[in-house]
Amino acid sequence: MAERVRVKALTPPGHVRAPWYLRGKEGVIERPLGAFRNPEQLAYGLPAEEKPLFRVRFLMRDIWGEAAENPDDTLDAEIYAHWLEKVDHHAP
Amino acid sequence: MSDWDGRRWHDMGGQAAGPVPMEGHDFALWEKRIDALMVLCGQKGLFTVDGLRRALEDMGEDAFEKHSYYERWIAAVNQNLLESGVYSLEELADRMEQVAARGPTYAEAQHG
Amino acid sequence: MPHDHHDHDHFHHEGMSPSGHPYRADNDGPLTYWQRMEIAVRELLVEKGLLTPSEIAAQIEAMEARSPANGAAVVARAWVDPAFKARLLADASAASREMGFDIGPLHLIAVENTAQTHNLIVCTLCSCYPRNLLGLPPDWYKTREYRSRAVREPRAVLREFGLDLPDDVTVRVHDSTADMRYIVLPSRPEGTEGLDEAELAILVTRDSMIGTGLPRQP
Repeated sequence: MAERVRVKALTPPGHVRAPWYLRGKEGVIERPLGAFRNPEQLAYGLPAEEKPLFRVRFLMRDIWGEAAENPDDTLDAEIYAHWLEKVDHHAP
Repeated sequence: MSDWDGRRWHDMGGQAAGPVPMEGHDFALWEKRIDALMVLCGQKGLFTVDGLRRALEDMGEDAFEKHSYYERWIAAVNQNLLESGVYSLEELADRMEQVAARGPTYAEAQHG
Repeated sequence: MPHDHHDHDHFHHEGMSPSGHPYRADNDGPLTYWQRMEIAVRELLVEKGLLTPSEIAAQIEAMEARSPANGAAVVARAWVDPAFKARLLADASAASREMGFDIGPLHLIAVENTAQTHNLIVCTLCSCYPRNLLGLPPDWYKTREYRSRAVREPRAVLREFGLDLPDDVTVRVHDSTADMRYIVLPSRPEGTEGLDEAELAILVTRDSMIGTGLPRQP
């Protein structure tokens, strides 16, 4: 079973690559993509360590709710590990 | 008083917008040169793509609406090169004045 | 007298593309602030020994050599060669390089259209595009309208491109948010059994590799 994750609902003011419309939304890991230098450091000319990057697949209904154009369509985006948190399957 | 939710202007996914404009254009020589500068300076480690994106984002929505794609990109390239000390603002200012003095068109001003 | 590009031919071939065509006529308009900045930045980089004019010319030439025809060749190969298609879906960068395309450091993922699935590529945060394979993106790809709406109402966007998908086809939108770039592997059109690889490649449009179109019918 695919690993379920949530994009952290953070709101820093700087250069980040986790889009607003996915923050706080849940999806599943579609595939790991390897590690890439952290864009949040690179953007400011700073030393940047490599961070794991994942392709996460979201159902449109989980992003847009009832307003989804077609609830079963999907959206894939690349999200860095430090923007993801595991979703606890046992939570109510 | 003006609180803010923290969403930045360039982070557009999901916002309402009109029909997709389909008209396109070829790129001019000065635009292709900006594209080449962007790629080559990146390859030589003078800046990163994220450094360019950060500069573009920081220009704000007004620049996005008012200036063309490559106009914004040369501004971002310049911003990064200034920040890393490749040349000084004084050098840039002097050179832009010299360029303007060469003639009224790009064809005349493009090389000294 | 209008500026004649040939005036410069005897010393620089300035104003002509590597393929010998004149560039757009902007060279003749009033010099803009941003053009002055481009000239100044380029000259300062050359004078400081960081770039050479020939490197810049070679980079422009390399970029002009990249076009949707490169992607079309990859797609057509995948249509006729199942083993290549498997390699493309496993690692599209390696498969593109295998065909001889210089894609630089591009990390490419190919996503396959089927009878049940239609893929669409967008970059909502900027305008990331598989430019090292397909060349520079079309203007519409970089617009607020496309970037905003493709992730929320992809079917409505596709209708504007003339593509009306049935409800039983799942749309998969791919937002190029970080280091990967995407190319759609469209479905091979019906009635093309008799065509060879080169004939098939002609059917593959740029938009069919972004997902806003389908291949041409023969």
